[in-house]
Amino acid sequence: MEWDPVNDEYGAMIAIVGTLATSGIALLIAFPVSFGIALFLTEICPASLRRPLGTAVELLAGVPSIIYGMWGLFVFAPLFGDYVQPFLKSTLGVLPIIGPFFSGPTMGIGILTAALILAVMIIPFISSVMRDVFEIVPAVLKESAYGLGCTRWEVVRKIVLPYTKTGVVGGVMLGLGRALGETMAVTFVIGNANKLSFSLFAAGNSIASTLANEFAESDTVLHTSSLFALALILFVITFIVLSAAKLMLVGMSRKEGVK
Amino acid sequence: MNQAAINQAEPLVPMNKVYRKRLFRHRVGIAMSVFAMSLGLAVLAWILITLVINGFSALSVNMFTESTPAPGSEGGGLANAIFGSFMIVGLSTLISTPIGILAGMYLAEYGNENKLAAVTRFVTDIMLSAPSIVIGMFVWAAYVATTKHYSGYAGSIALALIAVPVVVRTTDNMLRLVPSSLLEAAFALGAPRWKVAMTVRLRAVKAGVITGVLLAVARISGETAPLLFTALNNQFFSKDMNGPMANLPVVIYGFAMSPYDNWRELAWGGALLVTFSVLALNIISRTMFSQKIPN
Repeated sequence: MEWDPVNDEYGAMIAIVGTLATSGIALLIAFPVSFGIALFLTEICPASLRRPLGTAVELLAGVPSIIYGMWGLFVFAPLFGDYVQPFLKSTLGVLPIIGPFFSGPTMGIGILTAALILAVMIIPFISSVMRDVFEIVPAVLKESAYGLGCTRWEVVRKIVLPYTKTGVVGGVMLGLGRALGETMAVTFVIGNANKLSFSLFAAGNSIASTLANEFAESDTVLHTSSLFALALILFVITFIVLSAAKLMLVGMSRKEGVK
Repeated sequence: MNQAAINQAEPLVPMNKVYRKRLFRHRVGIAMSVFAMSLGLAVLAWILITLVINGFSALSVNMFTESTPAPGSEGGGLANAIFGSFMIVGLSTLISTPIGILAGMYLAEYGNENKLAAVTRFVTDIMLSAPSIVIGMFVWAAYVATTKHYSGYAGSIALALIAVPVVVRTTDNMLRLVPSSLLEAAFALGAPRWKVAMTVRLRAVKAGVITGVLLAVARISGETAPLLFTALNNQFFSKDMNGPMANLPVVIYGFAMSPYDNWRELAWGGALLVTFSVLALNIISRTMFSQKIPN
């Protein structure tokens, strides 16, 4: 439970919870945004803008993670702490059940900030998978729906999305796999505190950020081994998530074959 | 279906309540989608503008000629880090390109026939998104811990492990685009399989394979996590790949968190340099691919 290198105590709980919490929240934010982007690029965007806009979104994936970290720490976090967090605190923070999640000092850095940065980082991955699977929906299906008088939104919600369900979930899992293992950006903004807290504003720690911060300074054998154990946990989690994503996407491409 | 037909799909006159409700939902949905797209573009623009504003003042000749400054001293540059990055990324490109291309060719040639290829393809896809810090720790355990010192070589190996899956994946995908009629024509002329694979199939998608290599270079140029425990850092200019080496990402990481103003300014300068080179590589490789689609 407790992670305290000075007293040779190594509990992985805090880091694991931090990793899962940041990735989970990131996914909650990234999924609708990615869906919107994929929808825009496949159905709404004029054909001539499709390539440049698609490339621009993919460039988000090209920005090195350390740059996200610097941007997050020096530009995003101060603004977030000064304006957005007090707002969240005074609105969502007073609600009964979810209130405790939005309480505590508004420092700018912390679990929620890390999750937001992660969301931005995985949006390009999820949206590019979604775009690819949206494009394989047979035109006949969509045209039939339009022929029945469906609006474009209804076609996307009731034809495209159900048809590509497996692929979309696969894309989301791929994004989750990315988010779980992301190191530098999270290390910058998560606050690196080995505390467990209900508040999303509080500083925390993730597996990857613990590794980045402590590995070079670990001096006892037990400390090094514990960090390797953490790395193993992280690798196993991402391996499972990515395998699931891969299997789902394979299922999707089979569907493409039989259309 | 063309765009005009889709636009026609929205009825012009909303007639009754149900219709109006559906139309309202449609408009809200589309508006959210446009909003999501502009959000994505806004963040990209925000990051780039931040980099230009903060990094531009650090861009000077000194940045490319002087080494990283000692704590508390004035001025200084990033020459050793830039040189180190070039060496480390260059060596890992040299390691990963042949391995990646050959593995990709193997997958494309024998991928449909045996289990080993299926497993390779699966693992490659997983490694494509594997946490880079874990790869850094693996190289630390396998190389740094056995040689008992940090080194540029270790950094190159770690980066190569990240680059190989990228090259394998694109090579495999590209080679599979080559039409079988081209291969059959070569076989009909009596060419052996290796000759068809090397001189016909690979050559047909040369541009695509180079794209893969460039994307891999772009990917590893900005990687920080795997270098933290392998190449480490070096305050001085060093050409010795067998010792700790300065490199841009790790220097940026260290300097960004530092209390010295000139260090932080250099960190922004380095960040500007890394980001724009990586994005330029991305754009170049993408446009190259668009020119070359084998028929």
